[in-house]
Amino acid sequence: MNKRLPLGLGFVLLVMPCSLLVAFTHYPAVRALINSLWNNASSRRPSKFVGIENYEALIADEKLMQVLTNSGLYALGTIPLAIFLSISMALLVNSKLPATGLMRLSFFMPTMLPLVAVANIWLFFYAPGIGLASQIMNFFGLPTINFLGSTETSLASMMVVAVWKEAGLFMIFYLAALQAVPENLKDAARLEGAGPVRVFIDVVFPLLRPTTIFVAVNALINAFRLVDHIIVMTKGGPDNSSALLLYYIYEVTFRQRDFAYGATLTVLMVAILGVLAAFQFWVLDRKTHYQ
Amino acid sequence: MSNSGASIEVKNLRKSWGAVEVLSDVNFGIEPGGFLTLLGPSGCGKSTLLRLICGLDEVSGGQILINGADVAGKPAAERNLGMVFQNYALFPHMTIEENISYGLRIRKVPKAEKKKSVDRVAELMALGNLLDRKPGQLSGGQQQRVALARVLVSGRPLVLMDEPLSNLDAKLRVEIRSEIRSLNKKLGITIVYVTHDQSEALSMSDRVVLMNAGVVAQVGTPKELYEHPANTFSATFIGTPPTNILDSLEVAFPADLKIAGGLKLSECLFGIRPESLAFPAEDLDFKVRARVQSIEYEGKVFLIHMRTDAGTAIVVSYSGGSVPDEGEEITVGWNRDATHVFSRSDGKATTLVY
Repeated sequence: MNKRLPLGLGFVLLVMPCSLLVAFTHYPAVRALINSLWNNASSRRPSKFVGIENYEALIADEKLMQVLTNSGLYALGTIPLAIFLSISMALLVNSKLPATGLMRLSFFMPTMLPLVAVANIWLFFYAPGIGLASQIMNFFGLPTINFLGSTETSLASMMVVAVWKEAGLFMIFYLAALQAVPENLKDAARLEGAGPVRVFIDVVFPLLRPTTIFVAVNALINAFRLVDHIIVMTKGGPDNSSALLLYYIYEVTFRQRDFAYGATLTVLMVAILGVLAAFQFWVLDRKTHYQ
Repeated sequence: MSNSGASIEVKNLRKSWGAVEVLSDVNFGIEPGGFLTLLGPSGCGKSTLLRLICGLDEVSGGQILINGADVAGKPAAERNLGMVFQNYALFPHMTIEENISYGLRIRKVPKAEKKKSVDRVAELMALGNLLDRKPGQLSGGQQQRVALARVLVSGRPLVLMDEPLSNLDAKLRVEIRSEIRSLNKKLGITIVYVTHDQSEALSMSDRVVLMNAGVVAQVGTPKELYEHPANTFSATFIGTPPTNILDSLEVAFPADLKIAGGLKLSECLFGIRPESLAFPAEDLDFKVRARVQSIEYEGKVFLIHMRTDAGTAIVVSYSGGSVPDEGEEITVGWNRDATHVFSRSDGKATTLVY
C-alpha cells in the first residue's frame, strides 16, 4: 500500500470528480454571485455591471418579504414536527409490538415515492367536499374547508405534505440510533426508579442527540430545497400564501426570465442556509455527547 | 448509607423463555451482611438469576424473599436494591456527580441532603476530584468506582453485582476485589455477586452458589466447595488446575477399600486435586501409571500434564526437585484422605469407608 501513485494517474483520477464538482456546483455558485452584480441583457443593450443595485431591489421587494416569512414559518413548522413524528415512529417500530415490520414499511413508504407523484395524490385528499380530509371533517360534523384555496390553510397544508414525506426517512436514522443505545443504561435508570418517560428523557433522548442534529439540519435543508409539491399543488397561491423562497426563485428566473434578480435571490438563499446550518451545528454541538 | 444489610432467600425459583427452561428449582439464601456469589460457566443462568432478583425480568415460578418479604411480583424500583453492571452502565452524557446522584434526583431527595450523600460516597470511593468529569474521561478502574458509588449513595441494603471486574486488568481486579470485600464488611451491606471466575468466588465469598446448566450444583462456603465437592462438576470447576477425575478401573487401590452407601468400587470415579498427586508413589495408597505429555513451569510449581494408559488426561502440580522428561512413563500416587469419590452414573459424591 505504500506504493506511490504515478502523478499522471493521480491527476486523471482527480480530474473526473473535480470537473463534475466545478461544472455543477462551484461554477454555478460563482456565476450566480457574478450575475447578481450585473443587470439583465436585452436584444438592444448588453448586460452591464450595476454593483449592489439588485440587492437594493431585494429590500424594496414586498413579495420577497412575504415569501421569507412563509419560508420561516414553513421551516419552524416542519422541522420540530418531523423530528417529533420520526422519533415517535422509531420508538413505535422499535418496540415489542406485533407487526413492526409492516409498520416500518408503511412509515418508510412516503420516502420512496417521488414527491411530484404524491403531491397529485394529496391534491385529491385536500379537494374540498369530496377529498379525504373533507370527508373526515364532515364525519365529525365540521364544515368543509378549502385547504389549498384559502390563504389561511394553504401553507399549513403544504407543511403537512412535507412532514409526511420526510418523517419516514428520519425515522430510519432514529431507529438505528435507538438500537445503538445500550440496554443496560436503561436497566440502570429503571433500577433507580425511573419510569419509561424518565428513562427516555434522561437517558435515551440525550444519546439520540447526534441524530437529532443530523435530522434537524436535513429537515432545514429540505424546508428550503423541496418545492415540488408547491409547484404541483398551489403554485405558491393563493395570493402567494404558500410561496417559498426556492419557488419564488424559480418563478422569477424561469417564468419572468429575470436572471439577474433570480441570481440575487439565490445568493440570498445560500447565505441564509449557510448561516442557519452553522448556527445549528454550533448550538447543538456544544451540548452533545458523541460516543 | 444505612449500616445494615438485608437477608435474601430464593425458593424454588424457575425461569423459562417460552418452552426453554433456563433455571429450574433454584434454592439458596444469605444472611444480612453476607457475601453470596453465583458462580458458573457462561450460559449457566447466573446472570438471568441476578436479573430475576433485581426485577428486570419476571420469574416463571418460585419466591424471592428479601428480609422475609416476597418481592417476586414487585417492580425493580420497589425492591430496595442496587446493581453494578458488567460494563458499569454509566450514563455517558452526565458528569460523574450527576451519575452518582441520578437515583437521588429521581426520588426527589432535597438538594442539601443529596450533596451530602454524594460527597460522602465520593470520599469513600476516592472520587472527589473527578466529580465534574464525564465517564468517557475516566479509566476502567475509576469507572468501576463510580458504578459502586452510584449504588452506595442510596444506602440500599442489598447490592447485586454482575461480573463487575471482568473488564479490568489482572492487577486492578485484585485491588478492587479487596475493596468490594472491605465495603461489604465495613458498611454491612449484603452483596450478591455474579462471576465465572472461581478464584474470585473463593476469595471473596461467604457463600457460593455453584450453578451448571440452569440448576444449582452445590451451595456452600468456599472451603466446603473446595474440600468437599458434591459432584464431579463441582470438583472440576473449582480449583486451578481442575481436579483430576480417574476411573476406578484404571487405578491400583488398597484391597480393603470400601465405599459408603453400597456403591461398588467398579462403579466409582476418583477425584484428586493436582497438588495431592505425587511421585515416586511407593508409599502411597493409590497408584496409576501415566506418560508425561508436557510440562509447564509456573514459578512455584511445575504443572505436569500426563496421560494414563487408558487415555485419561491428568495434571500433577509438582514442586519437587527432579522433573521427569517428556515421554517418560512414571507411576503417580496419592493418599486415602486426598481422595474424593463419585458415582460414575450420576457424578454425585460419596465417601470412602476406612
